[in-house]
Amino acid sequence: MPKKPPRARPSPPNDPAGLRARPITFQLWEKLMSSEWPLWEVFIRGQHGLNHRHVGSLHAPDAEMAIRNARDVYTRRSEGVSIWVVKSNDVTASSPSDKGPLFDPSNSKVYRHPTFFDIPEEVGHM
Amino acid sequence: MYAQLVKSEGAKSREEMLPEEIAFQDRIDRGEKIEPKEWMPEGYRKTLIRQIGQHAHSEIVGQLPEANWITRAPTLERKAILLAKVQDEAGHGLYLYSAAETLGVSRDEVIHLLHTGKMKYSSIFNYPTLNWADIGAVGWLVDGAAIMNQVPLQRTSYGPYSRAMIRICKEESFHQRQGYDIMMKMAAGTPEQKAMAQDALNRFWYPSLMMFGPSDKDSVHSAQSMAWKIKINTNDELRQKFVDQTVPQAKYLGLSVPDENLAWNEDKGGYDFSEPDWSEFFEVIAGNGPCNEERLGARVKAWEDGAWFREGLMAHAEKAAARAPVAAE
Repeated sequence: MPKKPPRARPSPPNDPAGLRARPITFQLWEKLMSSEWPLWEVFIRGQHGLNHRHVGSLHAPDAEMAIRNARDVYTRRSEGVSIWVVKSNDVTASSPSDKGPLFDPSNSKVYRHPTFFDIPEEVGHM
Repeated sequence: MYAQLVKSEGAKSREEMLPEEIAFQDRIDRGEKIEPKEWMPEGYRKTLIRQIGQHAHSEIVGQLPEANWITRAPTLERKAILLAKVQDEAGHGLYLYSAAETLGVSRDEVIHLLHTGKMKYSSIFNYPTLNWADIGAVGWLVDGAAIMNQVPLQRTSYGPYSRAMIRICKEESFHQRQGYDIMMKMAAGTPEQKAMAQDALNRFWYPSLMMFGPSDKDSVHSAQSMAWKIKINTNDELRQKFVDQTVPQAKYLGLSVPDENLAWNEDKGGYDFSEPDWSEFFEVIAGNGPCNEERLGARVKAWEDGAWFREGLMAHAEKAAARAPVAAE
Protein backbone atom coordinates (compact mmCIF):
# COMPACT_ATOMS: atom_id res chain seq x y z
CA MET A 1 0.00 0.00 0.00
CA PRO A 2 1.20 3.54 -0.70
CA LYS A 3 2.57 5.48 2.23
CA LYS A 4 2.50 8.99 0.89
CA PRO A 5 -0.57 11.07 0.09
CA PRO A 6 -0.48 12.60 -3.39
CA ARG A 7 -0.47 16.33 -3.94
CA ALA A 8 -3.77 18.15 -3.56
CA ARG A 9 -5.94 17.73 -6.58
CA PRO A 10 -7.51 20.65 -8.44
CA SER A 11 -11.14 21.63 -7.97
CA PRO A 12 -13.73 19.63 -9.85
CA PRO A 13 -15.06 21.33 -12.99
CA ASN A 14 -18.47 22.02 -11.44
CA ASP A 15 -16.80 23.82 -8.57
CA PRO A 16 -14.74 26.52 -10.29
CA ALA A 17 -14.23 28.52 -7.13
CA GLY A 18 -12.76 25.52 -5.43
CA LEU A 19 -15.12 25.83 -2.48
CA ARG A 20 -15.39 22.10 -2.07
CA ALA A 21 -11.79 21.38 -2.91
CA ARG A 22 -9.90 19.92 0.01
CA PRO A 23 -6.32 18.86 0.45
CA ILE A 24 -5.90 15.11 0.51
CA THR A 25 -4.87 13.87 3.91
CA PHE A 26 -3.34 10.45 4.40
CA GLN A 27 -6.61 9.28 6.02
CA LEU A 28 -8.63 10.42 3.03
CA TRP A 29 -6.14 8.82 0.66
CA GLU A 30 -6.47 5.54 2.52
CA LYS A 31 -10.23 5.81 2.30
CA LEU A 32 -10.01 6.44 -1.44
CA MET A 33 -7.72 3.49 -1.86
CA SER A 34 -10.10 1.24 0.01
CA SER A 35 -13.01 2.48 -2.07
CA GLU A 36 -11.53 1.10 -5.28
CA TRP A 37 -14.36 0.07 -7.61
CA PRO A 38 -15.15 -3.62 -7.20
CA LEU A 39 -13.92 -6.17 -9.72
CA TRP A 40 -16.40 -7.90 -12.05
CA GLU A 41 -15.97 -11.01 -14.17
CA VAL A 42 -17.29 -10.61 -17.70
CA PHE A 43 -18.98 -13.31 -19.79
CA ILE A 44 -19.90 -12.81 -23.45
CA ARG A 45 -22.10 -14.87 -25.73
CA GLY A 46 -21.03 -14.68 -29.36
CA GLN A 47 -23.33 -14.70 -32.36
CA HIS A 48 -23.32 -18.39 -33.11
CA GLY A 49 -25.43 -19.79 -30.32
CA LEU A 50 -22.55 -20.79 -28.05
CA ASN A 51 -22.53 -20.46 -24.26
CA HIS A 52 -21.55 -17.28 -22.53
CA ARG A 53 -17.80 -17.50 -22.15
CA HIS A 54 -15.51 -15.84 -19.62
CA VAL A 55 -13.51 -13.16 -21.42
CA GLY A 56 -11.87 -11.21 -18.60
CA SER A 57 -12.62 -8.80 -15.83
CA LEU A 58 -12.96 -5.09 -15.14
CA HIS A 59 -13.65 -2.59 -12.38
CA ALA A 60 -16.98 -0.78 -12.15
CA PRO A 61 -19.00 0.82 -9.35
CA ASP A 62 -22.16 -1.20 -10.06
CA ALA A 63 -23.65 -3.82 -12.35
CA GLU A 64 -25.05 -1.33 -14.83
CA MET A 65 -21.70 0.39 -15.30
CA ALA A 66 -19.98 -2.99 -15.45
CA ILE A 67 -22.13 -3.92 -18.45
CA ARG A 68 -21.50 -0.59 -20.15
CA ASN A 69 -17.77 -0.86 -19.60
CA ALA A 70 -17.74 -4.50 -20.71
CA ARG A 71 -19.34 -3.39 -23.97
CA ASP A 72 -16.44 -1.01 -24.59
CA VAL A 73 -13.64 -3.20 -23.29
CA TYR A 74 -14.65 -6.61 -24.62
CA THR A 75 -16.95 -6.17 -27.66
CA ARG A 76 -15.30 -3.49 -29.82
CA ARG A 77 -15.34 -5.83 -32.81
CA SER A 78 -18.81 -7.39 -32.58
CA GLU A 79 -17.60 -10.23 -30.38
CA GLY A 80 -20.92 -10.62 -28.63
CA VAL A 81 -24.67 -10.31 -28.54
CA SER A 82 -25.11 -10.75 -24.79
CA ILE A 83 -23.09 -9.84 -21.69
CA TRP A 84 -23.18 -11.23 -18.16
CA VAL A 85 -21.27 -9.61 -15.31
CA VAL A 86 -20.71 -11.16 -11.90
CA LYS A 87 -18.88 -9.63 -8.96
CA SER A 88 -15.57 -11.47 -8.68
CA ASN A 89 -16.12 -11.84 -4.94
CA ASP A 90 -19.28 -13.83 -5.62
CA VAL A 91 -17.48 -16.47 -7.64
CA THR A 92 -16.69 -19.64 -5.71
CA ALA A 93 -13.84 -21.57 -7.29
CA SER A 94 -12.52 -25.06 -6.70
CA SER A 95 -9.17 -25.06 -5.02
CA PRO A 96 -6.09 -25.96 -7.07
CA SER A 97 -5.05 -28.42 -4.36
CA ASP A 98 -8.31 -30.33 -4.90
CA LYS A 99 -7.47 -30.94 -8.55
CA GLY A 100 -6.50 -34.56 -7.89
CA PRO A 101 -9.46 -35.69 -5.74
CA LEU A 102 -11.93 -33.80 -7.96
CA PHE A 103 -10.83 -34.80 -11.42
CA ASP A 104 -8.72 -37.95 -11.18
CA PRO A 105 -11.68 -40.34 -10.66
CA SER A 106 -12.88 -39.79 -14.23
CA ASN A 107 -9.54 -40.96 -15.63
CA SER A 108 -10.38 -44.59 -14.92
CA LYS A 109 -13.79 -44.46 -16.59
CA VAL A 110 -12.68 -44.74 -20.18
CA TYR A 111 -15.96 -46.51 -21.08
CA ARG A 112 -17.59 -43.08 -20.96
CA HIS A 113 -15.99 -42.34 -24.31
CA PRO A 114 -17.60 -43.79 -27.44
CA THR A 115 -14.22 -44.95 -28.76
CA PHE A 116 -14.08 -47.51 -25.91
CA PHE A 117 -16.48 -49.75 -27.83
CA ASP A 118 -15.42 -51.61 -30.97
CA ILE A 119 -18.30 -51.71 -33.43
CA PRO A 120 -17.69 -53.86 -36.52
CA GLU A 121 -17.35 -52.00 -39.74
CA GLU A 122 -20.29 -53.74 -41.44
CA VAL A 123 -22.67 -52.24 -38.86
CA GLY A 124 -22.01 -48.87 -40.46
CA HIS A 125 -21.80 -45.45 -38.87
CA MET A 126 -22.92 -45.29 -35.23
CA MET B 1 10.08 -3.76 -25.44
CA TYR B 2 6.89 -2.61 -23.78
CA ALA B 3 8.56 -4.12 -20.73
CA GLN B 4 12.21 -3.11 -20.68
CA LEU B 5 14.80 -3.89 -18.00
CA VAL B 6 12.40 -5.94 -15.88
CA LYS B 7 14.29 -7.09 -12.81
CA SER B 8 14.14 -10.74 -11.92
CA GLU B 9 16.02 -13.08 -9.60
CA GLY B 10 19.11 -14.84 -10.90
CA ALA B 11 18.42 -18.25 -12.41
CA LYS B 12 18.77 -21.14 -9.96
CA SER B 13 20.37 -24.44 -10.79
CA ARG B 14 18.30 -27.56 -10.16
CA GLU B 15 20.44 -28.45 -7.13
CA GLU B 16 19.65 -25.10 -5.50
CA MET B 17 15.89 -25.45 -5.97
CA LEU B 18 13.42 -26.54 -3.31
CA PRO B 19 11.28 -29.59 -4.17
CA GLU B 20 8.25 -27.41 -4.94
CA GLU B 21 10.38 -25.20 -7.16
CA ILE B 22 11.53 -28.24 -9.12
CA ALA B 23 7.92 -29.41 -9.53
CA PHE B 24 6.96 -25.90 -10.67
CA GLN B 25 9.78 -25.75 -13.22
CA ASP B 26 8.80 -29.19 -14.52
CA ARG B 27 5.25 -27.99 -15.11
CA ILE B 28 6.55 -25.03 -17.10
CA ASP B 29 8.92 -27.25 -19.08
CA ARG B 30 5.99 -29.52 -19.95
CA GLY B 31 4.21 -26.46 -21.38
CA GLU B 32 1.52 -26.32 -18.69
CA LYS B 33 -0.04 -22.95 -17.90
CA ILE B 34 0.26 -21.59 -14.37
CA GLU B 35 -3.05 -20.25 -13.04
CA PRO B 36 -3.66 -17.53 -10.43
CA LYS B 37 -4.29 -19.49 -7.24
CA GLU B 38 -1.70 -22.19 -7.84
CA TRP B 39 1.59 -22.31 -5.99
CA MET B 40 4.36 -20.25 -7.60
CA PRO B 41 7.78 -19.05 -6.45
CA GLU B 42 7.68 -15.53 -5.01
CA GLY B 43 10.22 -14.40 -7.61
CA TYR B 44 7.98 -15.60 -10.44
CA ARG B 45 5.04 -13.65 -8.99
CA LYS B 46 7.05 -10.48 -8.43
CA THR B 47 8.73 -10.52 -11.83
CA LEU B 48 5.37 -11.01 -13.51
CA ILE B 49 3.80 -8.11 -11.62
CA ARG B 50 6.68 -5.87 -12.72
CA GLN B 51 6.53 -7.03 -16.31
CA ILE B 52 2.75 -7.09 -16.79
CA GLY B 53 2.42 -3.80 -14.88
CA GLN B 54 5.03 -2.13 -17.04
CA HIS B 55 3.37 -3.52 -20.13
CA ALA B 56 -0.04 -2.19 -19.00
CA HIS B 57 1.39 1.23 -18.17
CA SER B 58 2.97 1.37 -21.64
CA GLU B 59 -0.40 0.74 -23.28
CA ILE B 60 -2.02 3.49 -21.23
CA VAL B 61 0.76 6.10 -21.52
CA GLY B 62 1.11 5.09 -25.18
CA GLN B 63 -2.29 6.64 -25.85
CA LEU B 64 -0.92 10.13 -25.17
CA PRO B 65 1.41 10.74 -28.13
CA GLU B 66 -1.32 9.57 -30.53
CA ALA B 67 -4.26 11.22 -28.80
CA ASN B 68 -2.37 14.43 -29.44
CA TRP B 69 -3.35 14.12 -33.12
CA ILE B 70 -6.97 12.99 -32.88
CA THR B 71 -8.30 16.53 -33.20
CA ARG B 72 -5.81 17.32 -35.95
CA ALA B 73 -6.23 14.26 -38.16
CA PRO B 74 -6.34 15.29 -41.84
CA THR B 75 -9.74 13.71 -42.62
CA LEU B 76 -12.79 12.56 -40.70
CA GLU B 77 -12.02 8.96 -41.67
CA ARG B 78 -8.44 9.19 -40.35
CA LYS B 79 -9.82 10.72 -37.18
CA ALA B 80 -12.30 7.89 -36.64
CA ILE B 81 -9.56 5.31 -37.28
CA LEU B 82 -7.14 6.97 -34.88
CA LEU B 83 -9.86 7.19 -32.22
CA ALA B 84 -10.53 3.47 -32.58
CA LYS B 85 -6.82 2.73 -32.35
CA VAL B 86 -6.33 4.80 -29.21
CA GLN B 87 -9.42 3.19 -27.68
CA ASP B 88 -7.87 -0.22 -28.38
CA GLU B 89 -4.76 0.84 -26.45
CA ALA B 90 -6.93 1.66 -23.45
CA GLY B 91 -8.50 -1.79 -23.78
CA HIS B 92 -5.08 -3.43 -23.95
CA GLY B 93 -4.01 -1.63 -20.79
CA LEU B 94 -7.16 -2.84 -19.04
CA TYR B 95 -6.69 -6.49 -20.07
CA LEU B 96 -3.16 -6.35 -18.72
CA TYR B 97 -4.04 -4.61 -15.45
CA SER B 98 -6.60 -7.36 -14.87
CA ALA B 99 -3.94 -10.00 -15.51
CA ALA B 100 -1.61 -8.28 -13.01
CA GLU B 101 -4.39 -8.16 -10.42
CA THR B 102 -4.73 -11.95 -10.46
CA LEU B 103 -1.26 -11.99 -8.88
CA GLY B 104 -2.52 -10.29 -5.73
CA VAL B 105 -1.82 -6.62 -6.40
CA SER B 106 -4.63 -4.06 -6.60
CA ARG B 107 -5.32 -1.83 -9.60
CA ASP B 108 -4.94 1.33 -7.56
CA GLU B 109 -1.65 0.06 -6.19
CA VAL B 110 0.01 -0.45 -9.60
CA ILE B 111 -1.34 2.88 -10.81
CA HIS B 112 0.05 4.55 -7.71
CA LEU B 113 3.45 2.96 -8.39
CA LEU B 114 3.38 4.40 -11.92
CA HIS B 115 2.40 7.84 -10.71
CA THR B 116 5.15 7.93 -8.11
CA GLY B 117 7.75 6.82 -10.65
CA LYS B 118 8.36 3.45 -9.02
CA MET B 119 7.14 1.55 -12.05
CA LYS B 120 8.16 2.38 -15.61
CA TYR B 121 6.59 2.37 -19.03
CA SER B 122 8.29 1.92 -22.39
CA SER B 123 10.95 4.52 -23.25
CA ILE B 124 9.40 5.04 -26.70
CA PHE B 125 6.47 7.07 -25.37
CA ASN B 126 8.77 9.76 -24.08
CA TYR B 127 9.39 10.98 -27.63
CA PRO B 128 7.12 13.64 -29.09
CA THR B 129 4.79 13.24 -32.09
CA LEU B 130 5.49 16.45 -33.96
CA ASN B 131 3.34 16.04 -37.04
CA TRP B 132 0.92 13.72 -38.82
CA ALA B 133 3.68 11.62 -40.39
CA ASP B 134 4.75 10.72 -36.86
CA ILE B 135 1.39 9.03 -36.32
CA GLY B 136 2.15 6.88 -39.35
CA ALA B 137 5.64 6.11 -38.06
CA VAL B 138 4.31 5.22 -34.59
CA GLY B 139 1.78 2.75 -35.99
CA TRP B 140 4.23 1.22 -38.43
CA LEU B 141 7.37 1.07 -36.27
CA VAL B 142 6.25 1.21 -32.64
CA ASP B 143 3.29 -1.12 -33.04
CA GLY B 144 5.40 -3.25 -35.38
CA ALA B 145 8.04 -3.63 -32.68
CA ALA B 146 5.34 -4.33 -30.09
CA ILE B 147 3.88 -7.13 -32.23
CA MET B 148 7.35 -8.67 -32.55
CA ASN B 149 7.45 -9.05 -28.77
CA GLN B 150 3.82 -9.86 -28.14
CA VAL B 151 3.31 -12.68 -30.62
CA PRO B 152 5.71 -15.05 -28.79
CA LEU B 153 4.34 -13.90 -25.42
CA GLN B 154 1.02 -15.53 -26.31
CA ARG B 155 2.86 -18.73 -25.28
CA THR B 156 4.00 -17.35 -21.93
CA SER B 157 3.58 -19.68 -18.94
CA TYR B 158 1.20 -17.53 -16.91
CA GLY B 159 -2.39 -18.23 -18.04
CA PRO B 160 -3.98 -14.79 -17.56
CA TYR B 161 -1.00 -13.03 -19.22
CA SER B 162 -1.09 -15.43 -22.14
CA ARG B 163 -4.83 -14.91 -22.63
CA ALA B 164 -4.43 -11.12 -22.51
CA MET B 165 -1.66 -11.34 -25.12
CA ILE B 166 -3.86 -13.44 -27.41
CA ARG B 167 -6.61 -10.81 -27.31
CA ILE B 168 -4.11 -8.01 -27.84
CA CYS B 169 -2.38 -9.67 -30.79
CA LYS B 170 -5.72 -10.12 -32.53
CA GLU B 171 -6.21 -6.37 -32.46
CA GLU B 172 -2.65 -5.20 -32.92
CA SER B 173 -2.14 -5.85 -36.61
CA PHE B 174 -4.85 -3.27 -37.40
CA HIS B 175 -2.63 -0.76 -35.59
CA GLN B 176 0.45 -1.48 -37.61
CA ARG B 177 -1.40 -1.55 -40.91
CA GLN B 178 -3.14 1.78 -40.26
CA GLY B 179 0.30 3.28 -39.56
CA TYR B 180 1.81 1.85 -42.73
CA ASP B 181 -1.22 3.08 -44.67
CA ILE B 182 -0.52 6.64 -43.46
CA MET B 183 3.15 6.24 -44.45
CA MET B 184 2.18 4.99 -47.94
CA LYS B 185 -0.05 8.01 -48.46
CA MET B 186 2.63 10.43 -47.28
CA ALA B 187 5.45 8.76 -49.22
CA ALA B 188 3.41 8.87 -52.41
CA GLY B 189 2.33 12.47 -51.83
CA THR B 190 4.00 15.79 -52.58
CA PRO B 191 7.80 16.10 -52.12
CA GLU B 192 7.07 17.93 -48.85
CA GLN B 193 4.88 15.09 -47.60
CA LYS B 194 7.48 12.51 -48.56
CA ALA B 195 10.11 14.54 -46.73
CA MET B 196 7.89 14.52 -43.64
CA ALA B 197 7.60 10.74 -43.84
CA GLN B 198 11.38 10.42 -44.16
CA ASP B 199 11.90 12.77 -41.24
CA ALA B 200 9.48 10.74 -39.08
CA LEU B 201 11.36 7.53 -39.95
CA ASN B 202 14.65 9.24 -39.12
CA ARG B 203 13.44 10.25 -35.68
CA PHE B 204 11.61 7.03 -34.75
CA TRP B 205 14.07 4.44 -36.10
CA TYR B 206 16.55 4.31 -33.21
CA PRO B 207 13.99 4.83 -30.44
CA SER B 208 12.10 1.87 -31.96
CA LEU B 209 15.23 -0.29 -31.83
CA MET B 210 15.62 0.72 -28.18
CA MET B 211 12.17 -0.68 -27.41
CA PHE B 212 13.67 -4.17 -27.28
CA GLY B 213 16.04 -3.12 -24.49
CA PRO B 214 19.83 -3.46 -24.38
CA SER B 215 21.53 -6.69 -25.36
CA ASP B 216 20.73 -9.30 -22.74
CA LYS B 217 23.10 -12.06 -23.72
CA ASP B 218 24.90 -11.87 -20.38
CA SER B 219 21.90 -10.95 -18.23
CA VAL B 220 21.00 -13.27 -15.35
CA HIS B 221 17.55 -11.68 -15.18
CA SER B 222 16.82 -12.78 -18.71
CA ALA B 223 18.03 -16.32 -18.05
CA GLN B 224 15.57 -16.76 -15.17
CA SER B 225 12.69 -15.13 -17.05
CA MET B 226 13.36 -17.36 -20.03
CA ALA B 227 13.45 -20.48 -17.82
CA TRP B 228 10.07 -19.42 -16.45
CA LYS B 229 8.78 -18.64 -19.97
CA ILE B 230 7.95 -15.09 -18.96
CA LYS B 231 10.32 -14.04 -21.69
CA ILE B 232 10.44 -16.14 -24.83
CA ASN B 233 13.16 -14.56 -27.01
CA THR B 234 16.25 -12.52 -26.22
CA ASN B 235 16.18 -8.78 -26.88
CA ASP B 236 18.75 -9.20 -29.66
CA GLU B 237 16.77 -11.90 -31.45
CA LEU B 238 13.67 -9.73 -31.50
CA ARG B 239 15.57 -6.61 -32.60
CA GLN B 240 17.13 -8.56 -35.49
CA LYS B 241 13.72 -9.87 -36.55
CA PHE B 242 12.30 -6.37 -36.43
CA VAL B 243 15.06 -4.91 -38.60
CA ASP B 244 14.79 -7.77 -41.12
CA GLN B 245 11.06 -7.24 -41.39
CA THR B 246 11.10 -3.44 -41.51
CA VAL B 247 13.89 -2.67 -43.98
CA PRO B 248 12.02 -4.06 -47.02
CA GLN B 249 8.90 -2.17 -45.90
CA ALA B 250 10.89 1.08 -45.84
CA LYS B 251 12.23 0.24 -49.27
CA TYR B 252 8.72 -0.21 -50.62
CA LEU B 253 7.89 3.27 -49.36
CA GLY B 254 10.96 4.67 -51.10
CA LEU B 255 12.31 5.84 -47.76
CA SER B 256 15.80 5.19 -46.46
CA VAL B 257 16.62 3.78 -43.04
CA PRO B 258 18.91 6.29 -41.29
CA ASP B 259 21.83 3.88 -40.82
CA GLU B 260 25.00 3.97 -42.97
CA ASN B 261 26.02 0.56 -41.70
CA LEU B 262 22.85 -1.17 -42.75
CA ALA B 263 23.82 -4.05 -45.04
CA TRP B 264 22.47 -7.48 -45.90
CA ASN B 265 24.59 -10.21 -44.36
CA GLU B 266 24.25 -13.37 -46.42
CA ASP B 267 25.90 -15.57 -43.75
CA LYS B 268 23.43 -14.84 -41.00
CA GLY B 269 20.52 -14.32 -43.37
CA GLY B 270 19.73 -10.95 -41.84
CA TYR B 271 20.78 -7.33 -41.86
CA ASP B 272 23.79 -5.88 -40.06
CA PHE B 273 22.82 -2.60 -38.46
CA SER B 274 24.03 0.03 -36.00
CA GLU B 275 23.12 -0.15 -32.35
CA PRO B 276 21.11 2.75 -30.99
CA ASP B 277 22.78 5.16 -28.58
CA TRP B 278 22.32 3.28 -25.30
CA SER B 279 23.30 6.26 -23.17
CA GLU B 280 20.26 8.06 -24.59
CA PHE B 281 18.12 5.03 -23.69
CA PHE B 282 19.30 5.06 -20.07
CA GLU B 283 18.70 8.79 -19.85
CA VAL B 284 15.13 8.39 -21.10
CA ILE B 285 14.48 5.48 -18.71
CA ALA B 286 15.88 7.58 -15.87
CA GLY B 287 13.24 10.22 -16.59
CA ASN B 288 15.23 12.62 -18.75
CA GLY B 289 13.68 12.03 -22.17
CA PRO B 290 12.04 14.80 -24.19
CA CYS B 291 8.51 14.14 -22.82
CA ASN B 292 8.83 12.17 -19.57
CA GLU B 293 7.45 14.94 -17.38
CA GLU B 294 4.62 15.77 -19.75
CA ARG B 295 3.51 12.13 -20.07
CA LEU B 296 3.54 11.29 -16.39
CA GLY B 297 2.05 14.69 -15.57
CA ALA B 298 -0.86 13.99 -17.92
CA ARG B 299 -1.50 10.62 -16.26
CA VAL B 300 -1.41 12.01 -12.74
CA LYS B 301 -3.66 14.92 -13.72
CA ALA B 302 -6.20 12.60 -15.34
CA TRP B 303 -6.22 10.42 -12.20
CA GLU B 304 -6.62 13.35 -9.85
CA ASP B 305 -9.17 15.22 -11.97
CA GLY B 306 -11.21 12.03 -12.20
CA ALA B 307 -11.23 11.34 -8.45
CA TRP B 308 -14.49 13.21 -7.77
CA PHE B 309 -16.14 11.26 -10.58
CA ARG B 310 -14.95 7.85 -9.37
CA GLU B 311 -16.01 8.70 -5.81
CA GLY B 312 -19.38 10.00 -7.03
CA LEU B 313 -20.22 6.85 -8.96
CA MET B 314 -19.17 4.70 -6.01
CA ALA B 315 -21.30 6.76 -3.61
CA HIS B 316 -24.24 6.45 -5.99
CA ALA B 317 -23.76 2.66 -6.22
CA GLU B 318 -23.56 2.33 -2.43
CA LYS B 319 -26.68 4.46 -1.92
CA ALA B 320 -28.63 2.50 -4.52
CA ALA B 321 -27.57 -0.78 -2.92
CA ALA B 322 -28.66 0.46 0.53
CA ARG B 323 -32.04 1.65 -0.78
CA ALA B 324 -32.91 -1.60 -2.53
CA PRO B 325 -30.94 -4.34 -0.83
CA VAL B 326 -32.98 -7.13 -2.44
CA ALA B 327 -32.79 -5.79 -5.98
CA ALA B 328 -29.09 -5.17 -5.57
CA GLU B 329 -28.40 -8.78 -4.73
